[in-house]
Amino acid sequence: MSTSTIPRPTKPWGINLKQAVPDVIAAFVALLTTYALVAYTPLKGKLAFVIVLFIVAVIASATISGIRRDRKAALNSISTVMVYVAGMFVIIPLVSILFEIVKRGIGGLSFGIFTTDMAVTSTDAPLSEGGLIHAIVGTLYIVLIASVISVPIGVLTALYLTEIKGKAAGTVRFFVQAMSGIPSIVAGLFIFAVWMIALGNQYSAFAGAMALAILMIPTVARTSEEVLKLIPNDLREAGLAMGGTQWRTVAMIVVPAAQSGLITAVILGVARVAGETAPLLLTMGGADALNLNPFAGNSSAIPFYVWKNFALGSENAVSRAWTGVLVLMIIVLFFFSLTRFLSGRKGRF
Amino acid sequence: MSTATSTLPPKREITTKPRFSDKVFRAVVTGGGFSSLVILGLISLFLLYNGLNVFRTEGLKFITGFDWVVPIPELGLPAQYGIGAMLYGTVVIGLIALFFAFPISVGAALFLSYYAPDWLKKPMVLVVDVMAAIPSIVFGLWGYFILMPSAEYWAKLIHKYLSFIPIFDMPAPVFTRSPFIAGLVLAVMIIPIITSITREIFAQTPLDRIQAAYALGATKWSMIKSVVIPYGRGGIVGGAMLGLGRAIGETVAVYTVLNIVFDIRIEVLLSAGGSVASMIVNKFGEANPDELKALMAAGFVLFLVTLLINFLANFIINRTARE
Repeated sequence: MSTSTIPRPTKPWGINLKQAVPDVIAAFVALLTTYALVAYTPLKGKLAFVIVLFIVAVIASATISGIRRDRKAALNSISTVMVYVAGMFVIIPLVSILFEIVKRGIGGLSFGIFTTDMAVTSTDAPLSEGGLIHAIVGTLYIVLIASVISVPIGVLTALYLTEIKGKAAGTVRFFVQAMSGIPSIVAGLFIFAVWMIALGNQYSAFAGAMALAILMIPTVARTSEEVLKLIPNDLREAGLAMGGTQWRTVAMIVVPAAQSGLITAVILGVARVAGETAPLLLTMGGADALNLNPFAGNSSAIPFYVWKNFALGSENAVSRAWTGVLVLMIIVLFFFSLTRFLSGRKGRF
Repeated sequence: MSTATSTLPPKREITTKPRFSDKVFRAVVTGGGFSSLVILGLISLFLLYNGLNVFRTEGLKFITGFDWVVPIPELGLPAQYGIGAMLYGTVVIGLIALFFAFPISVGAALFLSYYAPDWLKKPMVLVVDVMAAIPSIVFGLWGYFILMPSAEYWAKLIHKYLSFIPIFDMPAPVFTRSPFIAGLVLAVMIIPIITSITREIFAQTPLDRIQAAYALGATKWSMIKSVVIPYGRGGIVGGAMLGLGRAIGETVAVYTVLNIVFDIRIEVLLSAGGSVASMIVNKFGEANPDELKALMAAGFVLFLVTLLINFLANFIINRTARE
């Protein structure tokens, strides 16, 4: 009964010791050179260290590949370093943004801010006084109203593109794509021109919601179209073959089958507009007190609250702004994760 | 026996004519489908109508002039509305943003498509998507409080070593709130847009051509240079243009980090710049009805420019995607 040893499979394509040793030595030399350059030349500071390290690392890796193989390999290793650095540059800002929001916003976070408004509190008052319930209510109102306006229009647009496929479908798709690029400030100006100048109304949450609806329509329409495209044609044909009209087929078969995808589309639209600031500055007036009527009177929203406190500039006001940003980010990321969760579920459209 | 013959159902009517319910359905859906066209039409109509007077009195000077003077009737001073400096400033910060964002985004898209290990791919895509979902006011605050102190130091370094180039010259040592810093903030904002579009285009590169390149002995970089980049060139250009469109229309983030001055200056490190969108918010608060019309006119110009850029970008991307 001798124990047989199973030979480990070799991986000739993997990194072996002979190749790894020069790499490790090169990395070590690069670090040392950088340290020496920063320590003994006029180049100073963390920034200089990073830049010099980058340059030295590129040169070292290019030299090694150049010696080991040829010019093409050297070029390949340079580009590899560049591409990795580019990937790193995408992550750094997000980490910095999230870290700073939590660090600067958490101080003002307390239960009180969800129950009080700023009607009787000066922004310079201690952070324990006052709150942003007026802004949260305002944001809820405008997001809800904007959804009520834009969801039917967006879904109908998607249905036109996928179910009716009219002659103008290409044009409509093109315009919807272009519409998703219009600046938010233009939507605000448009609502101001129609709702305030032409129709003579005052600032209200409803006006802000209409501006947001314009920005939300293309997002809802494009996502819904993608979802409806995924519904197999068999389902539509089955519905028609059983004698259903197109209306019955769409309403009873296609839309229910795409239900969770359509909900995702709506939430994606909400996440897109919940943080919009510019159109609100032109349409909502920005109140400090809680306003429960969305159709009349100045009201606020979280982005507006952040903007107002940032513009005031005093220490406590800026702290309030950061707390507002933290609340806003929690809301946006909540909706964002919800879309991930819904679209990640398998076996449904 | 006799009952079977009597219960034959009546013959069904076979027709291709849509039922009444279908006619209503089609009319409603078609109406909804055209609503985005109607909204775009209404936007241009209303902004043009409100700004028409300004366009008429200022003429071409509205685009080329760079004075923004509110009329003072008591002194007999006429109004002067020109957004030339703002248009110039918008282009400058847009180009600065693109200068930084374009190589990083294309590099990141290449990283995600061909370099990243599998375990890193999903989280990285998530990072890009989260970045795209962050509201612009958050970028504004981050840019003002966190990026600006560092960027000011970088600007001083650039000025110290490269001031012989005219655009890095500095007439007055004020390095904060410059077009350079606004461009950096915008770059961070448009990186996710360009990255996700170029990544989608790269994903469509035919696998057989990639494998053919490898089979011929190409290194990864040679493969990218000879297959991926030529194939996705249109998508890269289109993605960059969409990013530029977003940068041009950005309002709040630019407003927080840029000092808006009605003057055309080539020094990008100086604390003076312009942006049409931010200027509208800046002037809106204290605008009288007459000035408001001029702002509407500025909004109309901004709308036209962004719409044109978006049309062109989508046209290029759609063409690339179809090939």
